[in-house]
Amino acid sequence: MLEQVTVFLENDKGRLRALTRVLADAQVNMYALTIAETSDYGLVRIVCDDPEGAVEALRAADMRAIVTKVLAVEVPNRPGGLADLLGVFEQLDLNIEYGYCFSVKGATAVDVLKVADPERSMAALKDAGYNLVTQQDLA
Amino acid sequence: MKKAQDILTAPHEELEALQLEGVKKTVINCYENVPFYHDLFDEAGFDPYAVQTLEDLQKAPFTTKQDLRDNYPFQMLAIPMEDVREIHMSSGTTGIATVGAYSEYDLDFWGDCFARGIWYADGGPSDIAHICYGYGLFTGGLGAHYGCIKAGCTTIPMSAGNTERQIRVMREMGSTILCCTPSYAMHLADTAIAMGIDPKKEFKLRAGIHGAEAFSDNFRKDLEEKLGYKVLDVYGLTETMGPGVAIECMEQNGLHLAEDHFYAEIIDPKTGEVLPDGEWGELVLTTVDREATPVIRYRTRDITRILPGECACGRTHKRIDRLHGRTDDMLIIRGVNVFPSQIEDVMKTFDQISSWYQIELTRKGHLDVVTLKVEPNPDFDFDEVRAIEELQRNMQARLKSALSVGIRVRIVEPRSIPRSEGKAVRVVDLRGDDC
Repeated sequence: MLEQVTVFLENDKGRLRALTRVLADAQVNMYALTIAETSDYGLVRIVCDDPEGAVEALRAADMRAIVTKVLAVEVPNRPGGLADLLGVFEQLDLNIEYGYCFSVKGATAVDVLKVADPERSMAALKDAGYNLVTQQDLA
Repeated sequence: MKKAQDILTAPHEELEALQLEGVKKTVINCYENVPFYHDLFDEAGFDPYAVQTLEDLQKAPFTTKQDLRDNYPFQMLAIPMEDVREIHMSSGTTGIATVGAYSEYDLDFWGDCFARGIWYADGGPSDIAHICYGYGLFTGGLGAHYGCIKAGCTTIPMSAGNTERQIRVMREMGSTILCCTPSYAMHLADTAIAMGIDPKKEFKLRAGIHGAEAFSDNFRKDLEEKLGYKVLDVYGLTETMGPGVAIECMEQNGLHLAEDHFYAEIIDPKTGEVLPDGEWGELVLTTVDREATPVIRYRTRDITRILPGECACGRTHKRIDRLHGRTDDMLIIRGVNVFPSQIEDVMKTFDQISSWYQIELTRKGHLDVVTLKVEPNPDFDFDEVRAIEELQRNMQARLKSALSVGIRVRIVEPRSIPRSEGKAVRVVDLRGDDC
């Protein structure tokens, strides 16, 4: 599984900039960043090269940051790539809490998913021939 | 000693009869001997000769701290000066000091009231009582002193200060009972540990009688762990006597009021209405047999409640709950009295958040809106929005049932609630005066 950094930020001017500045100063390189926002706060989800280091630096800056394990799946970079992948979860009758995509190479994209039952999901994905991405694959 | 303790298990009706007899005498004594009360009763249309039941006292007006200040130094005396044996004074940090005067009889029952704490801890002549409340005008030192002497303890009148010497004496003389403020007890423990002493092994402490400051349950637990003893909370105030008005027993479930010397009521601080047992409000005390400076319905400004039911220890004197702050801290939200401590109690039941909080009052139209800002703990798994929403919902529901008023919970970033060196700023009122 992939280690994602989740950060709790208030929905206020300058907070995201402050977060990115902390990561920049800690020499953390980000591959993907997505925000789930509410009117009061936002959850910033980050895939990067050093999740532990990122969390440590953010906590030292008085931010709430945690490491969350998510599924990262390599899918063909073509129309229907994600739809095919989600077909696997339909068969498992599993809800996907959230997800986002990022491309790393020309021919394939990486889809990140938070699912209720990661163990069962991983097994089913492997059976369906999907390649699961880990931290090392991103380096 | 046995006889002095019999009153602690007397049937409650007997205590009430004793209180009624005492209260009747006290209101008449005040009316006839204290000009302030003469005027106060007349103005309020209260007839001190018509008191037939304890409930009749509800017709009497309240006495406030300001009244005592206005009558500084000796206008509250109900006995001739030559019968006064001792004078104490409150610190007067928020204004002119208030004076408490004691006859020989008053000093005797004061000692008795404080001695109850030692008796509750099964203490007596085999104990070495170490008193490091300050001796002097402050009631802490001498009140504890009279109590320890009364209980027959070997009493060491250390007074406050010189912490290292306190620690040496405690170790070398084998003090078993410690009387001081809870914060000083913590300071003693921490200093001892810093000196390389393990208080649990090298001290012989078995009980601490700590008061004059509010302290939390967690603070108590920390103290007990560090010093290896049991902490009993003691309550008192110069205006009615000093420490010993109420003391916890070993059940640590409320403080037994010295009902043979004080009649307690809990009132709604806003309306002055008397509240039933179990409800939180302001403690109001009337002295039952105080000779020198009796008080009628003194408003303590301390927030507590009378715990319903009987104590497992078998003593019949009613218990007040541990103090929940002062009326000065009370908020009135949509007409409902809310004490910050009630909010703290609810917060304690959620481990996802820290103990820091701030209450923000705003107004939307004509309605008060209350927002409680709290900070997430480091180990709270907030990765999904629904985890945060669920926390907010559960907290809001529990607050609603505890306070009877709706409060919006907002999770904010750590350290975004300002920390202050002194008293924390718990409430920010942004309502303005446009109501």
